[in-house]
Amino acid sequence: MTMQTITAVAECPECFGEVELKDVMQNEIIQCGECGADLEVVEVDPVSMELAPEEDEDWGE
Amino acid sequence: MRVGILYSRVRAEEKLLFEAFTQRGAEFDLLDDRKLVFDISGGEGSGAAYDSYDVIVERCIHHGRALVSLRILNDRGIPTVNSAQVAEVCGDKLQTTSALTAAGIPSPRTMVAFTAESALEAIEALGYPVVMKPSIGSWGRLLSKINDREAAETVLEHKEVLGTYHHSIFYIQEYVEKPMRDIRAFVVGNETIGAIYRDSPHWITNTARGGQASVCPVSAELNDLCVRAAKAVGGGCVAIDVLEDPERGLLVNEVNYTMEFRNSVQPTGVDIPGNIADFCLRVGHDGWQAANE
Repeated sequence: MTMQTITAVAECPECFGEVELKDVMQNEIIQCGECGADLEVVEVDPVSMELAPEEDEDWGE
Repeated sequence: MRVGILYSRVRAEEKLLFEAFTQRGAEFDLLDDRKLVFDISGGEGSGAAYDSYDVIVERCIHHGRALVSLRILNDRGIPTVNSAQVAEVCGDKLQTTSALTAAGIPSPRTMVAFTAESALEAIEALGYPVVMKPSIGSWGRLLSKINDREAAETVLEHKEVLGTYHHSIFYIQEYVEKPMRDIRAFVVGNETIGAIYRDSPHWITNTARGGQASVCPVSAELNDLCVRAAKAVGGGCVAIDVLEDPERGLLVNEVNYTMEFRNSVQPTGVDIPGNIADFCLRVGHDGWQAANE
């Protein structure tokens, strides 16, 4: 994984709306402003996003 | 100093920790738990990829992955924050309550039962309302406040029929009439570095469920209670949930070992990620025991 951050506009893989990315890094979780889906930035160069993994039973603090 | 940060996803807390380590001039590697492969057979070269770390900081979102990784790393002699022991005790509410009780830390009255029939007996002995929780879980998920016998029978049947076997180890707690808030205190090593009130009109006050954070002064009593609670579960960096009982005073409810703090830095004014990073570097330099003394 890289510590590189990017600022870009990308397409939401869920609703195909525009998502503004500001200083995000690989594996960072962001939310689509249009459909509310949780998205994971899987690559930063070039930028690529996927739906974030669904919450599992043992997730937490 | 070689630091590894084990993570599942990069959240606000992880970014703040990366920044804190960078500010301290500490170089670190990021270890994605989805890509980990541990060779635990002990043959030549097994685990060599991790042996060179002075400390590995655990930030997994999955309790299961955290627990397994920490156990393997600690068994190989690699210091981690937190330790496998802390993760094991804090990740299971049943073990947490047992450890707190053994150390004489005041906590809500809790009962454990293994069948719906015995659980119903325990609930009626405690008196309504009671709170039933999965022993493993977080963020207020699947908590049930049970107000009467009919609700108890319904929840118990659902857990037995629909849940995995974990859900049939019934963890039943008295409902504490807290003042529409609880306290989240952050302990690093020997000190309670800060605390917040979590206010909510709902009985579940987690900030993940909408509880509002405001600063809670760290009194000598709160510091002492929380440090003792942290020691009871093995030390390290932990976030302690405290209830204010109108008659008995402060009760320790839960202890969290992969603490979330994004909503607490601003109200407390405390550099929580900086304190955690300093503690991790002490562990890497001096070892777990010395860092906790």
